[in-house]
Amino acid sequence: MLIDSGSPGAVGTIGITLTINGERRELQVAPWTTLLDLLRERLDLTGTKKGCDHGQCGACTVLVNGTRINSCLTLAVMKDGAEITTVEGLAGLTQREGKNSLHPIQEAFVEHDAFQCGYCTPGQLCSSVGLMNEGYAKTRDEIREAMSGNICRCGAYTNIVDAIEEVMHQGDAR
Amino acid sequence: MNRFDYVRPSTVAEAVQALGSDPAARFIAGGTNLIDLMKYDVERPGKLIDITRLPLAEIEERDGGLRIGALVTNATLAYDARIRERYPLLADAILAGASAQLRNAASTGGNLLQRTRCYYFYDTATPCNKREPGSGCSAIGGVNRIHAILGTSGHCIATHPSDMCVALAALEAVVQVSGPQGDRAIPFAEFHRLPGDEPSRDTNLAAGEIIVAIDLPAKGFAGHHTYLKLRDRLSYAFALVSVAAALELDGQTIRTARLALGGVAHKPWRNTQAEALLQGKPATRETFKAAADLILREAKPQSTNGFKIELARRAIVRGLEQAAAGTPQSQSDKRIQ
Amino acid sequence: MTVQFSPAAGRDRFVGSAISRVDGPAKVTGLAKYAGEFAAPDLAYGVVVSSAVAKGSIRGIDASAAEAVPGVIKVITHENRPATSDKPEDYQDAVAPPGAPFQALATNRIVFSGQPVALVVAEDFETARYAASLVRVDYGVVAPRTELSAQVPEAYDPPMKRAGIKPPPEPWGDAETAFDAAEIRVNGQYRMADEHHNPMEPHASTVVVEKDGTYTVYDKIQGVSNTHDYIASAFDLKPEQVRVLNPYLGGGFGSGLRPQYQLFLAMLAARDLGRSVRVTLTRDQMWSFTYRSEALQTVSLGADRSGKLTALKHDAVQGTSAYEDYQEVVVNWSGVLYDCDNVKLTYSLAKLDTPTPGDMRAPGAVTGVYAIETAMDELAYATGQDPIQLRLTNYTESDPTEEKPFGSKALKACFQEGAERFGWSRRNPQPRSMREGRELVGWGMATGIWESMMMQSSAHAVLTADGRLEVGNQTGDIGTGTYTILTQIAADTLGLPLDHVTTKLGDTNLAQAPVAGGSWTAASSGTAVMKACRDIAEQAFKLARGMDNSPLANVDFERVVFTGGRIEVAGDPAKSVALSEILKATGTEKLGATGEAAPDKDFAKQYEAYTHSAIFVEVKIDEELGVVRCTRVVSAIAAGKILNPKTARSQILGGVVMGIGSALHEESMLDHRIGRFMNHNLGEYHVPVHADIHDIDVIFVDEEDKANPLGVKGLGEIGIVGVAAAISNAVFHATGKRIRHLPITPDKIVTEG
Repeated sequence: MLIDSGSPGAVGTIGITLTINGERRELQVAPWTTLLDLLRERLDLTGTKKGCDHGQCGACTVLVNGTRINSCLTLAVMKDGAEITTVEGLAGLTQREGKNSLHPIQEAFVEHDAFQCGYCTPGQLCSSVGLMNEGYAKTRDEIREAMSGNICRCGAYTNIVDAIEEVMHQGDAR
Repeated sequence: MNRFDYVRPSTVAEAVQALGSDPAARFIAGGTNLIDLMKYDVERPGKLIDITRLPLAEIEERDGGLRIGALVTNATLAYDARIRERYPLLADAILAGASAQLRNAASTGGNLLQRTRCYYFYDTATPCNKREPGSGCSAIGGVNRIHAILGTSGHCIATHPSDMCVALAALEAVVQVSGPQGDRAIPFAEFHRLPGDEPSRDTNLAAGEIIVAIDLPAKGFAGHHTYLKLRDRLSYAFALVSVAAALELDGQTIRTARLALGGVAHKPWRNTQAEALLQGKPATRETFKAAADLILREAKPQSTNGFKIELARRAIVRGLEQAAAGTPQSQSDKRIQ
Repeated sequence: MTVQFSPAAGRDRFVGSAISRVDGPAKVTGLAKYAGEFAAPDLAYGVVVSSAVAKGSIRGIDASAAEAVPGVIKVITHENRPATSDKPEDYQDAVAPPGAPFQALATNRIVFSGQPVALVVAEDFETARYAASLVRVDYGVVAPRTELSAQVPEAYDPPMKRAGIKPPPEPWGDAETAFDAAEIRVNGQYRMADEHHNPMEPHASTVVVEKDGTYTVYDKIQGVSNTHDYIASAFDLKPEQVRVLNPYLGGGFGSGLRPQYQLFLAMLAARDLGRSVRVTLTRDQMWSFTYRSEALQTVSLGADRSGKLTALKHDAVQGTSAYEDYQEVVVNWSGVLYDCDNVKLTYSLAKLDTPTPGDMRAPGAVTGVYAIETAMDELAYATGQDPIQLRLTNYTESDPTEEKPFGSKALKACFQEGAERFGWSRRNPQPRSMREGRELVGWGMATGIWESMMMQSSAHAVLTADGRLEVGNQTGDIGTGTYTILTQIAADTLGLPLDHVTTKLGDTNLAQAPVAGGSWTAASSGTAVMKACRDIAEQAFKLARGMDNSPLANVDFERVVFTGGRIEVAGDPAKSVALSEILKATGTEKLGATGEAAPDKDFAKQYEAYTHSAIFVEVKIDEELGVVRCTRVVSAIAAGKILNPKTARSQILGGVVMGIGSALHEESMLDHRIGRFMNHNLGEYHVPVHADIHDIDVIFVDEEDKANPLGVKGLGEIGIVGVAAAISNAVFHATGKRIRHLPITPDKIVTEG
């Protein structure tokens, strides 16, 4: 099937379907709208942050079909049909399993003081969940390397790694 | 970001047709570099052709090697069991680059088409021959500590930013492309270009062509290899210098050597003379130094990147040592072997 | 009356405990909203067009293509800019240095690269961004001056001193003669790179035009009062016509102390269009205002063979802009830290065609202490002294620059506890003597120092009949944990559970407080909150005594404790009454109070107040390849009472991480031909990432201080000070190479020494 937005330059919008934090949404988007701007400016899901808008800081990290990506470098139209999880939906991932009101990684971040200003935090959280979904990073060195796409200017790095390690080990215990 | 038309073909033929001979049309897959450049107005495509739905996301056995579909993501490729086992050099090079998020999005084909990280190329406030042919090269005499030392021209001193491509160069991969004139195969060494007097052209991809796959030859150098990347911080930074080294040894004698450098030239830099020099020699530091000297004999420093010549010399020696010893550089333990 | 901490509660329950951030849940769920995230039904988006040149003028500007884009509302340039105040002083914010502050779109003159030259306002963000790319500007270009070393001959002593910044003290003794006569001399020139703050949240302002014509402004600012007063004066508005809020700030580090141009432009467009406007800067535009300007420093130390200093000279030349004389305290620290009879400290400025530099985490101290503490390490080697011993030899219990004792100074404890935790005694002082495999191992240390300050500040407290308390003021929580510590202080003062206390910050409708900076917030706002709560305690107590059959009848205030939401007689818990009961029984809807805090003048007359630290660092270096890894840091801090060890530790961790960046990574690179920072993005301006940061051990040594009733001295800055010197000293210990130019990137290891 060939999808075509129409003639160049016209503000043609394209109909797409996204499942965002478990909710199916039919949306009309311009082709140049990034997933990040769609979330923040159209859907008022401002939990996902714009730190650099160029894939150089990780603040905009979301999960697309369970995989972490930079939503700033993703055109919304290209994710037609995808399942998106933002920081606002993280708790829902475990609530559906009948757990607490926060995702374990959210609780661990609070407990370990894994943030200060909080602006990189949604990206760090989504990235942590993505990292655990991937299942490759196990050691502290590996976690650090695999989290290096998420910059924290407040310097909470050691606490973030502590939080991730704790939640990983909870997983081991289960 | 400018305004553009958007099309989403579902077959390669449709994609090639959509591109046609339109110089303002661009394919988009991962988008990690193209959208970045569009936000800086460096790229202003009139049409984006979303190729993510093309059936090019498989890794298949072929002639004892592997055929990697152009849409296989960098992460999928790096963690594929066959790649890790048979082509660990490629896996390591991919994992040395970018971030987990970017690797999850970026495609194999797109990685080949990454554009330089030259500050001036990215900044439309400054002249740049690559961005705007004939406007001049601001990097020459400017801020150029990250720029090229090999194969530069008076028109451009930019480097190619990819890590993956450095490994692909060493492995002698072949790029499979499809276009209006049919399909053709481009040896990796001939895929990227030196800047010469036409720095706006990064590759020898012809107008209307699309990358459909990368072929890896059977020989993967899984026994003796390394990807050693030196950069300004320990992760998530482009290479000042990187080395992909792959060896086959008979005891302590080098049977085959492959060596490619990143961060030093407009393309992954290979010097077959240096590889020939290594062949048949003992795998010693002296041999490695001789190869490094040969490669860097033609190196030319810019105003602030002279250190790269010595850094490259040392990195080549260390990379070859790591490969010979069978102790490839870890991408997570930052202690250099 | 001397107010001691928590007299009512009589026991510390939350203060001093490692309480998790009260704003934590909001931050981990994405519900915490930052300045550029507040919505308005009529919101328009402004995108800034930035100057391509550093100096000259706009000869022509063509916005027609941008204006023709459907959805574009207006393109504002210097040619059509609506009028604002014509008095330069109306643009001087509360922390402005001497000079004439930059005014966006005021004239066609260009004074720095990246200067805003147009604001494109459109119905949506993408349209504004696209249209902004269509604005064409024709510049008349003049060669810019941006190379500090070339401007040294033109350096000058700033004629107007910046408020709150002490100029260097008059020299004492005869440093020149003493240096020439010294048995041991070290003399070095030290350079740091220009650094940019780069908080994760780009600067943003949302100006909401309310139905009654007033403005509600959400601004990325470290103190809403500064934005409020700036807007009121620049736009000639009555104070009550503007309300400024900033409940959360995505990192400041000083970049949010002054109102920046995105605020001015958002306000300009909102007033002009009569509708709400948001302007968010791009990451690249974060290089177009405020930065830590490099300084060219020379330190000369003379000493006898025992290491006793006989001469100390420290000179710094620092860059400022063409239009303001930004100043910071760079050289004074050397005089405060060490006992020496012959001292000369000098500081001058040189004009550059860049934006005005600004305060960046421990402004001046990061710069000056890097130089003196590296020089002290050089002296340690020159005299054969252990670096700690050398510092003890020259230790001073009073501030030589003011000839007053320190109110408290537990630096010796920092040396001792830090050295012990680090294992300093196992250090072989010989450079290149320690190895691990291929890597050279280096252990280095340095001292850190920062001023302990307090500012005039107030806070409100309201206790309602449901037993809940609200406290707050205008200051911002910039990630420092202010919400949490104020909640702790309030809860303890009135003996309430933490979840009965709500702290509100960052709103000009709240009680007056200054910008959050200088590490003064805990002392200032903390004391104000405590006093407000104590006032309420006294009011509640009086009401309680008047109740029928009051269990507190005939009991003095000094004999009761506030605990568990009740007032009870000390030692007799049976005699108690709940706060909510008191209000209900007396028909009191709520009790309110305002607490005022100000620096203790008597204390300031007698004492000087500083925080101190000792930093110990391990680096591992692959010398051949120039790779430096900072594998271990111990930071021992003397900063008075620690209100919350968890958030306090985070403050120090953050300082250390930024210090590692300063030492090893961060450098904004100017192309002097065009006066432009070229690596203006987070891909090429390297701040530390996860992989760069290993173990950081934070120690808070016991220190009692009486500058304020809480005994706190501030933590926001001290963590970073001295870190770069400790790393640079460790690099010397590892390699024998003394690299006096930060950051220590691989090229310097490979080519120097």
